[in-house]
Amino acid sequence: MTCLPARTDKKLGLVIDLDTCVGCQACVTACKEWNTGGHMAPLTDIDPYGGHADGVWFNRVHTYEHMTEMGGRTVNFPRSCLHCDQPACVTVCPTGASYKRASDGIVLVDEDKCIGCKLCSWACPYGAREFDTEVGVMKKCTLCIDRIYNDNLAEEDRVPACVAACPTSARHFGDLGDPGSAISQLVEERGGVALMPELGYKPTNKYLPPRARTGRAARVDAPALEPIRAEGGFLGWIDRMLSN
Amino acid sequence: MHPAFSVVFFTTATGAGYGLLALLGVLGGLGFIQPEFWLGLVSMAFALGLIVAGLLSSTGHLGRPERAWRAFSQWRSSWLSREGVASVATFIPAGLFGIGWVLFGKSGGWVAVAGLLAAVGAVTTVCATGMIYASLKPIAQWHSPYTLPAYLIFAGMTGSVLLNAVLQGFDAGSTAVLAGALLAALAGWAWKIATWRYNDRLESPTTANTATGLAGGTVRSIEWPHTEENYLLKEMGFRIARKHSAKLRRITQALAFAVPAILLAIVFALPWPFAAIASALAAISQLTGMLVERWLFFAEAKHTVTLYYGRE
Repeated sequence: MTCLPARTDKKLGLVIDLDTCVGCQACVTACKEWNTGGHMAPLTDIDPYGGHADGVWFNRVHTYEHMTEMGGRTVNFPRSCLHCDQPACVTVCPTGASYKRASDGIVLVDEDKCIGCKLCSWACPYGAREFDTEVGVMKKCTLCIDRIYNDNLAEEDRVPACVAACPTSARHFGDLGDPGSAISQLVEERGGVALMPELGYKPTNKYLPPRARTGRAARVDAPALEPIRAEGGFLGWIDRMLSN
Repeated sequence: MHPAFSVVFFTTATGAGYGLLALLGVLGGLGFIQPEFWLGLVSMAFALGLIVAGLLSSTGHLGRPERAWRAFSQWRSSWLSREGVASVATFIPAGLFGIGWVLFGKSGGWVAVAGLLAAVGAVTTVCATGMIYASLKPIAQWHSPYTLPAYLIFAGMTGSVLLNAVLQGFDAGSTAVLAGALLAALAGWAWKIATWRYNDRLESPTTANTATGLAGGTVRSIEWPHTEENYLLKEMGFRIARKHSAKLRRITQALAFAVPAILLAIVFALPWPFAAIASALAAISQLTGMLVERWLFFAEAKHTVTLYYGRE
């Protein structure tokens, strides 16, 4: 049913720390590796070794230069499904393939019902959904439902593959509907933000903005280079003679 | 947005077909257009032919067309599903009206009821089509007060120009239909110019700053996550050069509005068969122009996902 649940028991989601993300792409490859054999398998690749490689990915890391009056900084920005509270990708679905779970708020696609009309991908402002041209259906992040509820995994491994892989702990997983959860506290403490709040999709996932700069760090500027050409005097004369 | 030909053709053809069906249902059902077998058959064949061709074309862009029947199930939330339900439901009164008006040569009574219901179904379907686009918040050019009226105006316009062409072809021209078609072409022209003006001045509150959550200053994309174009860029990253867009807007204005308006104005003074030829040319020119208009409707629409890729 593509009508949204009135409320969800939990709001499972991710919090991504833009301060510590180093853009290593480990979350991207871990996601691809797990999910190409997971719930939405396969994550088809088209011409993977050719000149026009294309394929389905649930998680993509962009890099931006953020310039402010404080100066510029490079920000690595992982982008994936935000499991919105008001996901228009679900309500526009004509077949009931897209749905939001009342139990945990995760947005999923039932591949057996999808007709591949692509309207959900138009309705998502964040580019979270990618079409699989081989299978003819839409695919998206499942928040690794086949890991987080998987009794065959050790308790500490029951987190999404991207969270497990992150070497700088820039990715956090938990219940954002519970104000007392560690992840909600983190958002509170660091002033976490929703993406494109003006569109009213009410994303569950939050992003922690980079911390403010401090003056405590040592200066590491390189000294200015010496002029290449000696201008005058004996060395200047030698330089001119050798240059002729 | 990528202008897929199947969808460009679908919205243009069904718009004209439903416009013509609505006019036939009202004018034929109430007896303003007298029932006459060949005229009725040709006009209904045009209306239903355009609708069926459009609907078949719309399944052309589906990844799994064999499951298309599932699209009738989610009418409570989805405008696409509502469009599907309305389009199929409209065939019932349209078929009854066709039987009564064309085969039995009747108007009024149950034929009028069927005709009016077919017109209601046609208008409902066009509204649902318009709302599919008007409801998409990530695309500011579509999520605008101009989109839904545009679909209705253009359906009425192409429908009335087609109806005039069929009537003139059978030497059954009506001054009222001709005047209506001319006024509709002028109204469509004015609406399209107003829409372009609105879109050109559009300032979206959504920027690279709100897309990334990085407040203040400027956010510039310095590295994409991938080296080749992916699904998002192929489907939603379509770009059209400003000079091409300006040229195509002029072509749209000429073919869809100016040429048909001039031809229809001349038809007032022409005898048959010249009036029929001019009316047919007006319809052909307008439908061709509307394909360009609909292509531009997609090509000029910008999706918020392009902000992540550094596209303004």
